[in-house]
Amino acid sequence: MAFCIAVIGKDNAPLYLATSDLERELDLQYHVHAALDVVEEKCLIGKGAPESKELYLGLLYSTENHKIYGFVTNSRVKFIVVIDSSNIALRENEVRAIFRNLHMLYTDAVCNPFYIPGEQLTSKKFDKAIQKLMTGNA
Amino acid sequence: MSEEIVFDCLHAEIVNYCLDSSKDQHDLATLEYIGFTTGYRLIERLTRDVQRFKDELETMKFICTDFWTLIYKKQVDNLRTNNHGMYVVHDNAFRFLTRISPGIKQLEQAPKFVAFTCGLVRGALSNLGINSTVTAEVQTIPACRFHIEVNRN
Repeated sequence: MAFCIAVIGKDNAPLYLATSDLERELDLQYHVHAALDVVEEKCLIGKGAPESKELYLGLLYSTENHKIYGFVTNSRVKFIVVIDSSNIALRENEVRAIFRNLHMLYTDAVCNPFYIPGEQLTSKKFDKAIQKLMTGNA
Repeated sequence: MSEEIVFDCLHAEIVNYCLDSSKDQHDLATLEYIGFTTGYRLIERLTRDVQRFKDELETMKFICTDFWTLIYKKQVDNLRTNNHGMYVVHDNAFRFLTRISPGIKQLEQAPKFVAFTCGLVRGALSNLGINSTVTAEVQTIPACRFHIEVNRN
């Protein structure tokens, strides 16, 4: 199944991208890239509206084969998760849980004194945990 | 209580270390920078379960209540703003100054103990997307006043 987790920085530069299917990595990257516009829109329109105050943005858009979910932290770092449409095991709650774990992992990675904020995330520990997160939901 | 003292001791050591290693006793830039990086990383963790901030004022309120409580175990006593990007934060019993006896001689040493916090606030705001300049003012120990000037451009 196709599954992709991406971390995008404040300035929309990719900080981290992991895919479970290497052959389709480029295709998945396009999806993530396209999702950024939707994220921006969602953050802008909902100004003041109560539902927009949540960090979790929900389903951004879906294509024939994929569903793309988004999450924005208070520091404007975006998390994008791409899921196979055929995968019905992953419901809203599971997706939320993925984002929660992802956020936790990210904050831990940022608190590493050797990590420079804004640079790519190359931490092995972070990578391992993300891989685990992906296979755990496969 | 015992775990609170650890942070006070660490802070005192950071101050000593920074000022000893630099030749100029009035060079607070290193100290401020340590505060900045700490604040920048820390805020990521502290805002994890917080809803998205609506505007600048809401962010400031978070800094004055939740952020301050977590670090200094109390809220600030007063927050004022002129609504043009200038904020003044009053703390009548600033944690790092409460153990210093009030006096003119001690007042000269006060900037050392507020520089870290200036950086901390600046770092936290910077990660939340607010570019600012933070300065502190101590008139009588242990009261302290922080001026936060938001740079909008």
